[in-house]
Amino acid sequence: MSKLIYLDNAATTRVKDEVLTEIMPYFSQNYGNPSAIYSFAQEARKGVDEGRKRTADLIGAKPEEIFFTAGGSESDNWAIKSIAEAYAGKGKHIITSAIEHHAVLHTCEYLEKHGYEVTYLGVDEDGKISLKELENAIREDTILITIMTANNEIGTIEPVAEIGRIAHDHNVLFHTDAVQAYGHIPLNVDEMNIDLLSASGHKLGGPKGVGFLYIRKGVRIGSFIHGGAQERNRRAGTHNTTGIVGIGTAAKLAAENMNEIIKKEQSLRDHLIERVLNEIPYARLNGHRTDRLPGNASFCFRFVEGESLLILLDQLGICASSGSACTSGSLDPSHVLLAIGLPHEIAHGSVRLSLSEETTLEDIDFVVDNLKKIVERLRGMSPLYEDFVKNNR
Amino acid sequence: MYSEKVMDHFNNPRNVGEIENPSGVGTVGNAKCGDIMRMYFDIDENGIIQDVKFKTFGCGAAIATSSMATELVKGKTVNEALEVTNKAVMEALDGLPPVKVHCSLLAEEAIHAALWDYAQKKGITIDGLKEPVDDIEERIGDEEE
Repeated sequence: MSKLIYLDNAATTRVKDEVLTEIMPYFSQNYGNPSAIYSFAQEARKGVDEGRKRTADLIGAKPEEIFFTAGGSESDNWAIKSIAEAYAGKGKHIITSAIEHHAVLHTCEYLEKHGYEVTYLGVDEDGKISLKELENAIREDTILITIMTANNEIGTIEPVAEIGRIAHDHNVLFHTDAVQAYGHIPLNVDEMNIDLLSASGHKLGGPKGVGFLYIRKGVRIGSFIHGGAQERNRRAGTHNTTGIVGIGTAAKLAAENMNEIIKKEQSLRDHLIERVLNEIPYARLNGHRTDRLPGNASFCFRFVEGESLLILLDQLGICASSGSACTSGSLDPSHVLLAIGLPHEIAHGSVRLSLSEETTLEDIDFVVDNLKKIVERLRGMSPLYEDFVKNNR
Repeated sequence: MYSEKVMDHFNNPRNVGEIENPSGVGTVGNAKCGDIMRMYFDIDENGIIQDVKFKTFGCGAAIATSSMATELVKGKTVNEALEVTNKAVMEALDGLPPVKVHCSLLAEEAIHAALWDYAQKKGITIDGLKEPVDDIEERIGDEEE
C-alpha cells in the first residue's frame, strides 16, 4: 500500500505530538491519584486542574463548569437524561433535531419510552433547522432544547447563538452536542447562551476516552455516574489524568492556532469541493456550502454505492467514510442524508472526507484524481447508470 | 471483513457488461436498500447458457456475489443454473459476513429473474422456477416468519 491519506478526522484524529509529550509523564511518573492528600499526588492534581482550565478557556467557560467524562456519548446521555429527571416537575417536553448524533437521538427515544415527549425538528436541504419552527415548537412544558453545534456527517453548522437566544427568551435550557465543533470553530458559551455543551478529546488531536460536559453554574443536574466525590460530586470515578491533560493540551493548541488552521483547512476543503463538483458528473455536495466545518466535505455520487467506493479508496491508502446502509449494518442509509431530503438511492452513494491541519494539497489532488476513476469504474457496472444513460440518449 | 475470494471478485469482477438482445434479462433488488443486480443470459437452442453478463449497484459483497454467480451458471443448462443457490455462491466465495448474506440471496434471485424472462419470451415453463419478487427483502422476511 502507498502512503496513508487519512481523511476521516471526523471519526477520530491522530494524537498531536505536543499532546502526547505532555501526557507521557502522567502514566508512570506523576501517576498519583489526583484526589489523594499526600504531596506526591499534587503533580497529578495540578495536571487535572491545568487541563480543566485550558478546556474551559476554549469556550469562555469557568473551570468549575467543566465536568470530565469518558467522551461525547456519555456527556450527551448525562445532559439529556439528567436534565429530564431534574426538571420533570416543570415539564416533560424536549426539542431536538432530526440530524443529531445517535448519542442524542437514542437518548431521546429512551426518554420517550419513559413518559417524555420529544419534538424532532426537520432541517432544510442544507441541514439547517428553522428558527421559526424551533420557536413555534416551544411549549409551557418544554424543559430542554438539544441541538448539535455542527453535524458530523454533512458538516453544517447550526445557528447556535440564535438557538441559545430563543431558548433563553423562553426560559428553556439549551444543550448542544459540540463534539465535531469544539476546537474547530470559535465557541463561547456566554455569547451563545449555551447552558450545557458536550465535547470529546479525540476529535481535536487529544486522546480517546475523555470528554466533558460543560454545565452552566446554576443549572440543576444530578449525578449520572454515582460513586466517589470527584468532579464536585457530579461524576464519580478516579480522574482520567492522562486524558484530562491530553484534552487540555489539545484545547490549548486549538486556541492558539485556530484561525490559521481554519484558513488552511477551508482552502483545501474548498479546493476539494470545487474539483469534485467540476470534474465528476452527477456529484452533489451535502451540507451548507459555506456554513460548514472547515474540514468537512461530504458528497453523493449518483448511481454508485458508498461501501464499494470506500473499499476502492482504501486500496489506495485513502481513509474515508460513508453514510450508506452497507457501512451501517442496517438497510437504511444515514438518517442525516434522508433528513436533508435525499432519496435512498442517492444517499447510498455518499462519501465523507474530513480533513485535518496535516492534510496537504497533494493529498487532496491524489484523492480527487482517483475518486474520478473509481466513480467512473463503478458506474460502468451500475444498472442504474445504464438505465440513466439509455433514458437520456 | 471480506474473504480473499470476495475481494478478488470485487476487484476483478467477471462478466461485467450487457448482452444485446439477450435470451433473458432479470433485474432484482431496489435502490432503497442499496442493491440492484441485473443479469443478462444468452441461452442457445439446447438450453445451455452460452454467455452471462451482469451489472450491479451495491456494496463489495453485492458486486462479488454477482460476479461469482455468473461464473457458476456460465456453460450450464437452464435446469442446472436453477440449482445454483445462494449457499453455493457463498461457499464459492469462502463465505460472507452475516450482514451480507442477503447479497447472495439477491444473486440467486437475479439468476431466477433472468431465467423467468427467458421462459416468458420462449413461452415455456421451467419446473421449480417461481416468478421473481420485486423486493428481495420481502422474501427474506417471509423466510424468517
